[in-house]
Order: sequence, then structure tokens, then C-alpha cells
Amino acid sequence: MATPTVPASAPPAAPAPATAAAPASASAPAPASPTAPAPAQTPAQSLPGPALPGPFPGGRVVRLHPVILASIVDSYERRNEGAARVIGTLLGTVDKHSVEVTNCFSVPHNESEDEVAVDMEFAKNMYELHKKVSPNELILGWYATGHDITEHSVLIHEYYSREAPNPIHLTVDTSLQNGRMSIKAYVSTLMGVPGRTMGVMFTPLTVKYAYYDTERIGVDLIMKTCFSPNRVIGLSSDLQQVGGASARIQDALSTVLQYAEDVLSGKVSADNTVGRFLMSLVNQVPKIVPDDFETMLNSNINDLLMVTYLANLTQSQIALNEKLVNL
Amino acid sequence: MLKILVPVTKRMKNILLGNRMASRKEGTGSATPSSSSTSGPAGKGKGKGGSGDSAVKQVQIDGLVVLKIIKHYQEEGQGTEVVQGVLLGLVVEDRLEITNCFPFPQHTEDDADFDEVQYQMEMMRSLRHVNIDHLHVGWYQSTYYGSFVTRALLDSQFSYQHAIEESVVLIYDPIKTAQGSLSLKAYRLTPKLMEVCKEKDFSPEALKKGNITFEHMFEEVPIVIKNSHLINVLMWELEKKSAVADKHELLSLASSNHLGKNLQLLMDRVDEMSQDIVKYNTYMRNTSKQQQQKHQYQQRRQQENMQRQSRGEPPLPEEDLSKLFKPPQPPARMDSLLIAGQINTYCQNIKEFTAQNLGKLFMAQALQEYNN
Repeated sequence: MATPTVPASAPPAAPAPATAAAPASASAPAPASPTAPAPAQTPAQSLPGPALPGPFPGGRVVRLHPVILASIVDSYERRNEGAARVIGTLLGTVDKHSVEVTNCFSVPHNESEDEVAVDMEFAKNMYELHKKVSPNELILGWYATGHDITEHSVLIHEYYSREAPNPIHLTVDTSLQNGRMSIKAYVSTLMGVPGRTMGVMFTPLTVKYAYYDTERIGVDLIMKTCFSPNRVIGLSSDLQQVGGASARIQDALSTVLQYAEDVLSGKVSADNTVGRFLMSLVNQVPKIVPDDFETMLNSNINDLLMVTYLANLTQSQIALNEKLVNL
Repeated sequence: MLKILVPVTKRMKNILLGNRMASRKEGTGSATPSSSSTSGPAGKGKGKGGSGDSAVKQVQIDGLVVLKIIKHYQEEGQGTEVVQGVLLGLVVEDRLEITNCFPFPQHTEDDADFDEVQYQMEMMRSLRHVNIDHLHVGWYQSTYYGSFVTRALLDSQFSYQHAIEESVVLIYDPIKTAQGSLSLKAYRLTPKLMEVCKEKDFSPEALKKGNITFEHMFEEVPIVIKNSHLINVLMWELEKKSAVADKHELLSLASSNHLGKNLQLLMDRVDEMSQDIVKYNTYMRNTSKQQQQKHQYQQRRQQENMQRQSRGEPPLPEEDLSKLFKPPQPPARMDSLLIAGQINTYCQNIKEFTAQNLGKLFMAQALQEYNN
């Protein structure tokens, strides 16, 4: 059943200044490509990954799973005293159209004014351990908390480009600049005058959030801690869940109704696509003869009641058995 | 057949205890970054000291752990295979806080030289470097339609609980979760069952003495989910950025498939149970028959002896009756307890499910009447 709010929120907003830069950067790799790929790709792939063509293999979309972000925030909270940010490796899979990041782990590192030390042994070991559980995950790049890219990031990025072809850099702004936790992804492209020393520029990528169904349900539940005073929630019982789900649908329906009334009263101009969605919504309610519905309902209710009766019977049987055996 | 990997073996138990001791020493006077994790030594101290009936009254899980468990099953589990992993955290008073977890690779035949213990140790050592709580507090397992009451689980949980008093096993039901609401339950063995397992004596007498029924095998511990403030901020971000879930699985009225599978499993178990009962009945019959035989033999003996006495001959020596009539083996009671426990769990699940669906059907009926 199509939810009416789909058109209103259609594509998730790509993070901040990406839109202006995107068309510009789309053309940038093209002239850079004759000179760029040769020096950039020769720090050979240390992984048996798929042969990836071109400067960035996965189009311009990075799909993140929420578990990554939760991990990053958690490792930021557990950072060493004195460390301003944490870094770690991103693992996942590459697709023709996108890059999907499904796992990550943090890597200890030391950062001071003029030098950066990353524990590479640790990173390698962790990757081996992770590979035992999910052999399909490749190193895709790295993440860092903090709202900006520093010079140290370039060095770290270079290290990671030895591990993965064209790594992604993800920043999660835990310092909450602008009152938001902005999550951005970048890939590095070479820039500069051909023939002279090349610099590195981080071009932004679109970030989308991918969920498995069960993940979606988990995230919905965890989100509820935002509303409780001490950030604690319990797991609810069965009928409570039904109640909650129906309340959500009710909210969605009232939004739609509000919109329809606004259009009718002329406050909002009518949008044809929304109108079409509404039409299909209304048409999806099946038209059933009342008698048929009654029979369907009754047979279902009878099934369920019978099963409940059988379950109760079984339980009393085994309780009896227990008593008899222990005589 | 379920291939179940038992995550804890006897030697791991020693290593776990050893690990705890070692990290305690380290924690008290070291320069390792673990000192910045506030909970470390204090939690360990409390954990060791806290004992008694049910050491854990509540389990508090971080949102991160929930997401990781979901992801692990989604990527690695198919069908009836169970996925397992280790829970890390600490104990605070009577609450068990689970702050992180890592998955366990599935046991495949071609990894014959794979050392589970080594994997676990390495993982925990590495996590210690990044200040993640490295205290082993339990393990998690996915389940297929709620069938988790098995001998393997009992053994694993016993070894965990023996080594670490407050450990729990988290059972994650992915199918129920896919139907609309997260299904995560925490179980511990009751103290009574722990006693029996320690003795390793599963005969009927011991179980009767311990007064164990199938309802008192596992105790469920209530779970709460807690997030830090920063994670809450993250959740707000995600809510703004991601599309509304377009699947309202919870309100779907189709129930027969799920119900059918549940009932199938229940029927299998009930069959096993009836076989077990038949075995028990034959045992009872055999014992009583044997008693009768003994009695008859004794009577005949006495008669003969009286006859011999009347004839003046020496009486026949008393023979050892127990050698003549070997008592039959009493059937193992543990298995039937487990089966009864499993049947109980199935029934509970079914009842929850039907209650939900009845509610949904009545709602649909009300809507239909309203329309007409």
C-alpha cells in the first residue's frame, strides 16, 4: 500500500554543498583521467578485489548502513583522552552503481601538530579477523570524526589508497557544528596543472542510507529513546505494537487528509503526481461484498481461536506429564 | 540439521577466567588507554563480588549492539542456520550492560584448523586497544521460529554462567522481527538448574530432588535499550534524512504461512515428546514387572526352604537378588525436560502471535463495518 508521504520526501537531501560541486566535479575527472589513473592506481591493489574501471568505480552514490554511524559515534565516545578525533576503516561491497558500506572498525592513531601515526598492523589484523566472519567485505576507505578535512587526512588517505583502489573518506561531524551532525563522503581526485606536482582534492559524493527491512525496524525502535527522559525504552508487548503501528498509519492518513483539504480550499496548488498517488491509494482498498468479507473474517478468527486452544491444551498436557513423572 | 557452534569450551572457560584476572591486574595500575573507559575496573570488581540468587535483574543494551546483531544475521544467516556471537559489556549493580558485540564466524568443514579460541582472544585484545569494553558477558544466537531450547544451548550457557556469573544469552528472532517488531530476549539458567548441571547428574532422582520443572529451567530477564546522547543526535539526523518506511509489515493480515510453520515445529516436538513418554512407560512397566519377579522368586525360595527344613536338609543359601535381576536403566530425564521447555516456548510464541492477529482482524472488521 503506497504511503502518501512518499512523494513529499522523495530523494533524501544530499548533504550540504555537494549539489553545486557535483556537476563541476563530474567533468573534472574526465580531463584529468589521461594523466591521473596511471600514477594514482599504480600503488597496487593489495586486495583481490574486482577490476575497477575509471577513477571512481561506483558512480557517485555511497550507501551507508546505520550500524556504521552508530559504531563511529560509539568509538568517538570511547576515544583516548587528548584525542580530538578518531579514525577507522570502512568495509563493504562495490556495485556497478554504488558503493555499499556495511561494516567498520576503529583504528588507534596519534595525531599531533606535525605528525600522524596510524597503527597499520592493527588495521591489518582487524581486517583479517573480520574477513573470517564475512569474506565478502572489502576495504572501501576510511572514516574520521570532526567537521573538516585536515592535512593529516591527506596522509591517511594516501595510506588507505594503498589498501583499496580509490578509497572513500567519510566524515561524521560529532562536534555538531551548525547544530547538526553532518555526514559527508568524499573521494580524492588529483588536481593541478598537468606535468607539475599534482595536488589532491576531495570531491563530495552523495550519501544515501540503505536499510535491510529488519534494520529499519530496529532503527525505528532505537529511535524511540530520543523521546524518553532517561533515554531508556523497553520492548513492548504484542498488542502495544499493533496499537503503535495503527497510530502511525493514522498520522499518515491525517497528513494526507490535511493536504487534500488544503488543495480544495485553494491554499496549496494541486500537484498532479501527488493526485495520481492518491488515486492509486484509494483504488487499492479492495472492494469486497460484505458477506464474503464476513466469511473470510470468521474463518480466520476460527483458525486463530483453534490454534490458541490447541496451544493451551498442549501446555496443560506437558504440565500434567511433569506432575505424573515426578510422582 | 542445525550446525551449532558451541562458543565456549572447557579450556576457554579457564582462559576467560584467566583473562579477567589478567585485565584486573592491568586495570589497577597501568598506562593502557583502557583507564579512560570509566567502567573498567570498577565494574569488574562489582561483578566478582555480586553473587546470590539472580545476579542480574535487568539487561541494558546499547542501540549499537541491536543493530550489529541484526546486520550479522541479515548478512550471514540463511534458513535454519544459526548465527552466533559474543557480547561485551560490564555489570553495574544488578544490571547487565551490554555495550558491544562481535560476530563469530560460522563453522565450516574446510576450516578444520580454525581456532575459535584464538579468534576470540585476538578480537578482544584488539578491541581493548580502542577502548571498547572487553569483558565477556554473554553470547547471542539467532533462532528459527523460536526453537532454541536444545542441549547445546544449555551446555554453552552453563559453561558461560559457570565462568561468569552474570552472563546471559540473547535470543534474536529474525523472522518475528521481520514481521514488524524487534524480538530480542535474554535468558539465564535458574540457580536450581545450575546446581544440577554442576553435579552432572541428570538422573530422575537428582532432578526430582532439585524440584525442576520445565518452567524453571530458563528465566527471562527484562531488556531495556539505552542510547547515549550523541547517538540520539545521530538518530534525529537519520530520521530527517531517510525516507519513511514504506512497509507496514506489522499490520499485515496474512498469518497462515507463519502459523503453519510454527505448528509444524510444534507437532514435531510433540511427536518426540510422545516417544519419550512411551519410553518412560516401558521403563515403569519393566521395573514393576521386575519387582513382581523378585517377589515371586523370594516366595519360591521361602517355600523351598520350608520344604527342605521339613525334610531336614540344609536351606539353600540366600542369593543376591540384585545380581539375578538387574534393574532396568531409567531413561534420561534431561532430554524430556528440554523438549517440554521447547514445547512451552513454541506455545507461548503461538499465543502471542494469535493474540496480535485477532486484534488486527477485529480492527479490520470495525473498519469494514464503518465503511458499510
